[in-house]
Amino acid sequence: MLTDAQVAHLEQKAENVRETIIAMLVAAGSGHTAGPLDMADIFAALYFHILQHDPKNPAWEERDRLILSNGHIVPVRYATMAHAGYFPVEECLTLRKFGSRLQGHPERTRLPGLETTSGPLGEGLGQAAGIAYALRMDGTKNRVYCTMGDGEQNEGSVWEALMFVGKYKLSNITAIIDRNNIQIDGMTEQVMPLEPLRDKYQSFNWHVLEVDGHNIPQFIAACDEAKAIAEKPTMIIAHTIPGRGVREIEGDYRWHGKPPKAEEAKRFLNELRTMQGKVISEHQ
Amino acid sequence: MIEPSAHLREDIFDSKESAATRDGFGKGIVEAARTDVRIVVLSADLAESTRAEWFQKEFPERFIEMGVAEQNMAAVAAGMAAAGKVPFITSYAMFSPGRNWEQIRTTIALNEMPVVVCGMHAGVSVGPDGATHQALEDIALMRVLPHMTVISPCDAEEARKATIAAAQLGKPVYMRFGRSATPLITTAETPFEIGKASILYHPGGDALQKKVALMATGALVHSALVAARELEKEGIGATVVNVSTIKPLDAETIVRVARECGAVVTVEEHQIAGGMGSAIAELLAQQAPTPMQFVGVHDMFGQSGEPAELIEHYGMGVSHIVEAGHRVCSARSV
Repeated sequence: MLTDAQVAHLEQKAENVRETIIAMLVAAGSGHTAGPLDMADIFAALYFHILQHDPKNPAWEERDRLILSNGHIVPVRYATMAHAGYFPVEECLTLRKFGSRLQGHPERTRLPGLETTSGPLGEGLGQAAGIAYALRMDGTKNRVYCTMGDGEQNEGSVWEALMFVGKYKLSNITAIIDRNNIQIDGMTEQVMPLEPLRDKYQSFNWHVLEVDGHNIPQFIAACDEAKAIAEKPTMIIAHTIPGRGVREIEGDYRWHGKPPKAEEAKRFLNELRTMQGKVISEHQ
Repeated sequence: MIEPSAHLREDIFDSKESAATRDGFGKGIVEAARTDVRIVVLSADLAESTRAEWFQKEFPERFIEMGVAEQNMAAVAAGMAAAGKVPFITSYAMFSPGRNWEQIRTTIALNEMPVVVCGMHAGVSVGPDGATHQALEDIALMRVLPHMTVISPCDAEEARKATIAAAQLGKPVYMRFGRSATPLITTAETPFEIGKASILYHPGGDALQKKVALMATGALVHSALVAARELEKEGIGATVVNVSTIKPLDAETIVRVARECGAVVTVEEHQIAGGMGSAIAELLAQQAPTPMQFVGVHDMFGQSGEPAELIEHYGMGVSHIVEAGHRVCSARSV
């Protein structure tokens, strides 16, 4: 069990990550807003509590692997990596700029600490599966985490990978779906219905958990449970609110693929800072 | 005359022995895996016909059945390579790289993962399966990808050597193999190196005024050799170059031979658009502009039939190479 102080620390990190995301999107002038904001709690939990990793030695053999299948939400990963000490937070402002290591979609060969190159949807789980299969062949105990979008579940290749992982019972994989119910053209259930999503994964021989993606202790508990399930891979459906933290954009699919303008960002940051005050006071 | 340093078989014009290049892959992968524990083979439900089964029998724990899922096969292989393995992914060229091109582009080529994509049953010589299964675009698909090496062996023996070499390259590789048994040309002593084109045949003596270079890849290298002998009888001295690595091209050899001969015919079992001939044209246009003729498929799909009749029908037979040799020589004189 996490102490209140630990939870407060992680929530604080998530808010720092959100602020950085807003700043980097404004500087970039393009990019995705809703997904990165709604995954900030999960990324803070991963990098500051769950993952076995070393920011000073990104290629450490014993590290857990985090695969970002939904590459378009990479600002949240860059921001969290920066706050975790992989590179200076200021470098986040180079996002999407010419010559930057922080490409619009993540490229492994450009930035140490990225495990794969991703963005085109539906390819992360397969790569995670390959890593997990190879680690198991070599008797290595590290875990492989793979985040995916919900819109991404439209891709047939996701289901190829789900079948493969189920067949080989790759229980060293924990996959995390950002179930924020939006994709570029609208709500997921209108664009291409996914429900009953839980039943689908279960029928593909996955162990399925559902959590509130903004409840850090709940998410950590689910990851702990996944480690204890040796018979099956685990899928965590993390229900999130797109644009979480900025009330005026929360739940609005139109914020999937655009960045805030400078004046909007000022409002958003203000709100985040107010919320941060609230987070801190709640735990004091 | 046959180039002595190529150490070709003595019976190449009698075609006493034949084997499919996919068989060369099957032998090579087993051989390579005996000394390299990193090698794994992924199969998309075609283990018998891709010869991945030969590997499976000896190394069952390193063989991974993917089911009919070529897109996932490419991504899983990229992941395995990221964790230190050397994966070979096997299917028909029509499906891999035909269906999974974007996965190969993103997770293997851009990601610089040493995955070897093995496309079997390339070309019309698949035969009776028909156009749906006859990959005539795979060289084009793969050679446009940065970081990708493209290899098309001329016979089963070269396929064996190329497979072993690809395992050691440490880069993304595409290898193209055929289904039907084709004449054996090379021997164990024939040199093979990724990135090197080799001269297999020279005009006999200097008496012949007209010269042409026949630059061929895959099983049609044998047809080019037969055509060279024909051309010689008809007064044209032909040099045969085996372009087994299509990317990176051996620019030094190709430019030198093109300059020496002054006319080039390219020969491949592939669409003319985007294939090996196009690659050579791009090179020569910049470094040694030379009249060229292209033997290959003229912007058409194949159909069912026997391999030999399809090769003839689609204009890739020996007579077509000979005609192209004559045409390119007359083009040069104007």
